[in-house]
Amino acid sequence: MLVYTLRRIVYVIPIVISVALVCFLLVHITPGDPLVAVLPADASQELAAQMRTAYGFDRPLPVQFGLWLWRAIHGDLGSSIATGRPVLTEVLRAVGNTVTLAVAAALIGFTLGLLFGLIAGYFRDTWVDKVATSFAIAGVSVPHYWLGMVMVIIFSVQLNWLPAVGAGPGGSGAWGWDWEHMKYLILPAITTSVIPMGIVTRTVRALTGDILSQDFVEALRAKGLREWEVFKHVVKNAAPTALAVMGLQLGYMLGGSILIETVFSWPGSGLLLNSAIFQRDLPLLQGTILVLALFFVTLNLLVDIAQAAIDPRIKRG
Amino acid sequence: MAVMSDTALQAAPITKARGYWATVGRRIVRDKVSMVCAFVLVLIFLSALLAPWLGLADPYQGSMIRRLRHIGTPNYPLGTDELGRDMLARLIYGGRLSLIIGILPVILAFVIGTSLGLVAGYVGGRLNTAIMRTVDVFYAFPSVLLAIAISGALGAGIVNSIVSLTIVFVPQITRVAESVTTGVRNMDFVEAARASGAGPFTIMRVHMLGNVLGPIFVYATGLISVSMILAAGLSFLGLGTKPPEPEWGLMLNTLRTAIYINPWVAALPGVMIFAVSICFNLLSDGMRSAMDIRN
Repeated sequence: MLVYTLRRIVYVIPIVISVALVCFLLVHITPGDPLVAVLPADASQELAAQMRTAYGFDRPLPVQFGLWLWRAIHGDLGSSIATGRPVLTEVLRAVGNTVTLAVAAALIGFTLGLLFGLIAGYFRDTWVDKVATSFAIAGVSVPHYWLGMVMVIIFSVQLNWLPAVGAGPGGSGAWGWDWEHMKYLILPAITTSVIPMGIVTRTVRALTGDILSQDFVEALRAKGLREWEVFKHVVKNAAPTALAVMGLQLGYMLGGSILIETVFSWPGSGLLLNSAIFQRDLPLLQGTILVLALFFVTLNLLVDIAQAAIDPRIKRG
Repeated sequence: MAVMSDTALQAAPITKARGYWATVGRRIVRDKVSMVCAFVLVLIFLSALLAPWLGLADPYQGSMIRRLRHIGTPNYPLGTDELGRDMLARLIYGGRLSLIIGILPVILAFVIGTSLGLVAGYVGGRLNTAIMRTVDVFYAFPSVLLAIAISGALGAGIVNSIVSLTIVFVPQITRVAESVTTGVRNMDFVEAARASGAGPFTIMRVHMLGNVLGPIFVYATGLISVSMILAAGLSFLGLGTKPPEPEWGLMLNTLRTAIYINPWVAALPGVMIFAVSICFNLLSDGMRSAMDIRN
């Protein structure tokens, strides 16, 4: 297990470097000079040249990447052009809110997904299965930003039960685990949960159906095991794949929260990314994407290791 | 006995064996859900295509005095938007751009990804490693994040949004194409073609392509659903189409301010995105099970 874990970690290193390279290059595919957002429109040629030297943009690209990577490893992602604060500070503060949202959504989405998936898999081709699969297909097909709007229309505009935007009373960014704050979490969390709900339902339904049709289940039943004990075997066999899918979904929720956070003005990394894009705040854009991608890579690594820990067959593969 | 086998032989040509694709086609046509979805999609496509000849109101013509009319207002069956433009006309015209920016990336990615995957899977070795490791890098980003990162860096615009979504889907299709190709590569008929002197290009084009295209096509059909949601999402964020162009994602964005005045009109463009997305998803499911002849 230790060898496997170490080998997985070593595999991740080139991926991390490539991810950093993609984030670095993002700024260089932007049309025009990367300085355009910093410089005033009527800046003189000399000033532009001076700034270019100061930012190191006059050096060859590989050198620039090396320097940027070296600083990034030491936690220096530059400063936001809009606020002047260090990018890392800004990103880490926002990521906390995104994690809160993603974990809440995961609790809802995974619970429902596992429940629907198991029921649908056990009662294949009955009406229960049809209802569960319809929920699942709707979940994966719905434009979630639109669903967010519809939720706001129903629960905020028409019923006036829950707040439409923000993450706490008075527009403060500080999160607290009380009802006053929780009220703000409900709608965005439910909206975020529909995609993982759909995907987990579909995965678990297929897995359960597959496992139940295998010979060993027949053998277990023939041996006289009660249905509850057979069920435990089904869960054991479905767990590694289900776990991998859920891990990936959690990663998608963390990294892909920009649309939901925009709809609900949820002060997380997605909203930060949104403002970075529209203020042409390139260091902030680059830094946010790098941090979110690294989160995603780390999460995938943890899922791989956890999967191998519960299913010894994977280690050999 | 001899007589019986004679009749059996004579009867044989009448029950002509149906080909694989003919069987798949028949199975899809008999699947009600797939047919309903296909019908809805054809309806949306045709109305978008034929919009100028449907006798609709001008989708760009606004009016300050008839803003945000409710659904069911005489002359405005689906109401009017925040600038007083007819919603029905804008939803139908909106299909033109929305469908193009949603479907074109998948078509482009299908062509590029299939070629890359086919070459990687067939040639193998170092070329395979080079292509597939590059693909892995893009898998290190959640797809929404990657689309928004590229779009955000390139700046707003229809072409940029199509380019960014194509970049998001190429790795996914390449991975599917590579795994299918690797499966087919070692089959006897490919070996036979090689033994009879066919070059690698001929083998790939004549013998492999036909066998790998089916599963990749089904996968790509499912991707259209994701692509429609993401393309409209980019416009919703302000990274795609620019006003006053009718496009479902952008319409959702501009109507967001109207949810306190006329909420249900504001939600309409999302219904269109949802309808197209769910139909492509169900159609992809239908094709997948129709192609799985074993069941």
